[in-house]
Amino acid sequence: MKTIGKYIMTIATLTILVSCGNSNDGDKSGALTSSKAEKVYVAPGEHDEYYGFMSGGYSGNVTVYGLPSGRMLKEIPVFSQFPTSGYGYSEETKAMLNTSFGFVPWGDAHHPDISQTEGELDGRWIFINENNTPRIARISLETFETEEIIELPNSAGNHASSFVTENTEYIVAGTRFAVPNPQRDMPINEMKGKFKGPLSFVSIADNGRMNLEFQLNMPGFNYDLAHPGRNKSHGWFFFTSYNTEEANTLMEVNASQNDKDYIAAVNWKKIVDYVKNGGGKKVSGTYAHNVYDEKTHSATSTMKEGVISINPKDVEGAVYYIPIPKSPHGCDVDPSGEYIIGSGKLSTDLSVYSFEKMLTAIENKDFVDDAYGIPVLSYENTIAGVVKQPGLGPLHTEFDGKGNAYTTFFISSEVVKWKLGTWEVLDRLPTFYSVGHLMIPGGNSRKPFGKYMVALNKITKDRYLPTGPELEHSAQLYDISGDKMELLSDFPTHGEPHYAAGIRADLIKDKSKKYYDLEENEHPYAAKSESESKVTRDGNEVHINMTMIRSHFSPDNIEGVKVGDKVFFHMTNLEQDFDVPHGFSVIGANTSEILVMPGQTKTIVWEPKREGVWPFYCTDFCSALHQEMQGYVRVSGKNSNTPIKYSLDE
Amino acid sequence: MKSASILMIIGSALLLGLFIFPLWSITLEAPQYPSGIGMNIHLDGLEGKEKHDLQNIDGLNHYIGMSKLPKDDEMWEFSAFPKVVGGMAILGIIIGFLGLLKNISPKWFLTWLLFMCVLGVLGMYDFNNWMVEYGTNLDPKAIMKMTDADGNPLSYKPPLFGTKHILNFVAHSYPHTGAYMMGFGMFLTFVAYWLGNKKIKSLKA
Repeated sequence: MKTIGKYIMTIATLTILVSCGNSNDGDKSGALTSSKAEKVYVAPGEHDEYYGFMSGGYSGNVTVYGLPSGRMLKEIPVFSQFPTSGYGYSEETKAMLNTSFGFVPWGDAHHPDISQTEGELDGRWIFINENNTPRIARISLETFETEEIIELPNSAGNHASSFVTENTEYIVAGTRFAVPNPQRDMPINEMKGKFKGPLSFVSIADNGRMNLEFQLNMPGFNYDLAHPGRNKSHGWFFFTSYNTEEANTLMEVNASQNDKDYIAAVNWKKIVDYVKNGGGKKVSGTYAHNVYDEKTHSATSTMKEGVISINPKDVEGAVYYIPIPKSPHGCDVDPSGEYIIGSGKLSTDLSVYSFEKMLTAIENKDFVDDAYGIPVLSYENTIAGVVKQPGLGPLHTEFDGKGNAYTTFFISSEVVKWKLGTWEVLDRLPTFYSVGHLMIPGGNSRKPFGKYMVALNKITKDRYLPTGPELEHSAQLYDISGDKMELLSDFPTHGEPHYAAGIRADLIKDKSKKYYDLEENEHPYAAKSESESKVTRDGNEVHINMTMIRSHFSPDNIEGVKVGDKVFFHMTNLEQDFDVPHGFSVIGANTSEILVMPGQTKTIVWEPKREGVWPFYCTDFCSALHQEMQGYVRVSGKNSNTPIKYSLDE
Repeated sequence: MKSASILMIIGSALLLGLFIFPLWSITLEAPQYPSGIGMNIHLDGLEGKEKHDLQNIDGLNHYIGMSKLPKDDEMWEFSAFPKVVGGMAILGIIIGFLGLLKNISPKWFLTWLLFMCVLGVLGMYDFNNWMVEYGTNLDPKAIMKMTDADGNPLSYKPPLFGTKHILNFVAHSYPHTGAYMMGFGMFLTFVAYWLGNKKIKSLKA
């Protein structure tokens, strides 16, 4: 009894010591935060506090960063083919890049936005828009893979996207290049009054599925950026527009003539009700809807036809224009939902509008004009305040949740911190160089995590070791927890990160999937064990259901393939452990490799052109015997009668 | 005698914990397995600490030519042990009730305990034999044939009890909850014997 008692005492004492040790460690890191280097230093093996999701711009993808370290963690393929994993090359994922124009191997990704519940980031999905072939993608934050892409018909230049409403009810897509709607053959210089700028509203179901609900067929200005109302302004969406001149050539001059352009204020809830009651007209519009299924590990593309089009004049009290100085770009709403910040990029002042004043002006029918039948509110009766002369070329604003706003200035290359309500400038720091968007994790939600701010710059020049004429873009990390901003570090980013989204890591990291369960694999060509692996011929198609496990393929000797055959390698990774992918490639394949995650099945096609014995191998250094993970396919002449034969260790 | 008999019933009933909790635990640690990989040994079979740990242990072991871990129906022990433990628990409970109702001698408690100890030692002996077999019966075509300083084939036998380095792994082999419950139960049956004996002696005196 005594010994057991001692034993229990010892365990109890050890437990106390261990837990005390932990809390001491915590205090220590809190006390030593004076130097900038320590603020961004994440010790080997430790995790960053935040995830940062950077748009890849013309890379078409999203890159995942750890903050504050600035370490790149992953590139998620979205709109572009990605030979690293075989995305867009494998038979399963080609459908993800299908559009009404056919297969498009590339996209221009712009504005990532994380799903929200009651205005706060919930970390279920991240959405991102594609500008060139208007699309919106949804990425799972469990698998960090693209799960769905929906195309937007009748639109061009989907830039004012992909911003989510505060319960992820809707996501919007805009039209930055006004176009004929429906598209038709007509003289370009007759655009005025004839082109349109449809704004698309896409609903999000509980399982994430996107559906194009309706398009608001706005006058043909260029709808540039957008932001949903938050909190008290939930139910509204705000879009900036430029080229109210409706110029069609030398736009840099001709679209910069009007003193004021417009913010479009859209009461989307009213329009949703209108559509529910049968409003709107079904018009033509062909669009692809591509969905990736995690169980079959395959994407399907469905071509859909027709969309409900809404004439803004038909929905009473739903659409208004607010004048805003000179070709606005950014359109941002503060966490309370009261202030709408419009950045006239050619103006030296920042205009901040009041949501409540806007409602009063609407109630009083305080209209100064109308544009194609849409009432124009007065600038004076909607403005809440003006930040005077804060810098040159204001673009975008984010918030820290403590009553402060941070705006980027492209021309003067700086971030300016100012106070909501008093409009006074509190601080300014240079960026390197010419900042576009900025990102505060949660900074466009009701509840920003006001600790770090990332400036996403357009020009790099001398910030890093030179790498020839082409440079990666540069980001800067600032500490914004104090009264004054503090520049902490520089790090390069991939492609052109327009916007970014950030979230506290602990909100999603434990949900991150480690591998796919083989039992749940429903791929029609999966071989879930070596005994299920096989080779079958169907005319000139040969299907090889092959398994991969450390460190061999099954089968690894295949005969009976002929020149002119279309050979499908359906590769199933039998591993059921974290971070044990296997790759696959075969000499002469006119496609990329595929990287197959544990429990997953992926397929590439090989069309052998020459007789011989051709090797294939694992492309990922999977194990101590990775070099031995290889096999052979015998290719016989077109008219030979070599029978199909396959084996492992025979 | 009443409290002694109740202790006897509780003590032997604690054996039934083995039907819920594992008897033994073997964990392997290596740099590439930051959260470890391992298995729990239950009366009726092996179970991975994580869903696919058994498969992954087999995957690692194939390099050095070890056979696969036994499935539930591949070892007679996994069908015999539940019967033996269940039988002993029931027997102990019956003895306890007889003590309560018929006032049988506390020596029966001790007899049960000694029998249990003999079975326990036999069980450990059998377990160790299996581990020797598992750790030394290697495939002659093994990918890696490791030898010790004297040139003899390396044994990959996990320790019966304790911690041991095996190549790049550190193996920990310790009793799990079920075994602790059994041990505490057996201790209670000894207390039952001791209490019962004292009571009888005091009655006699």
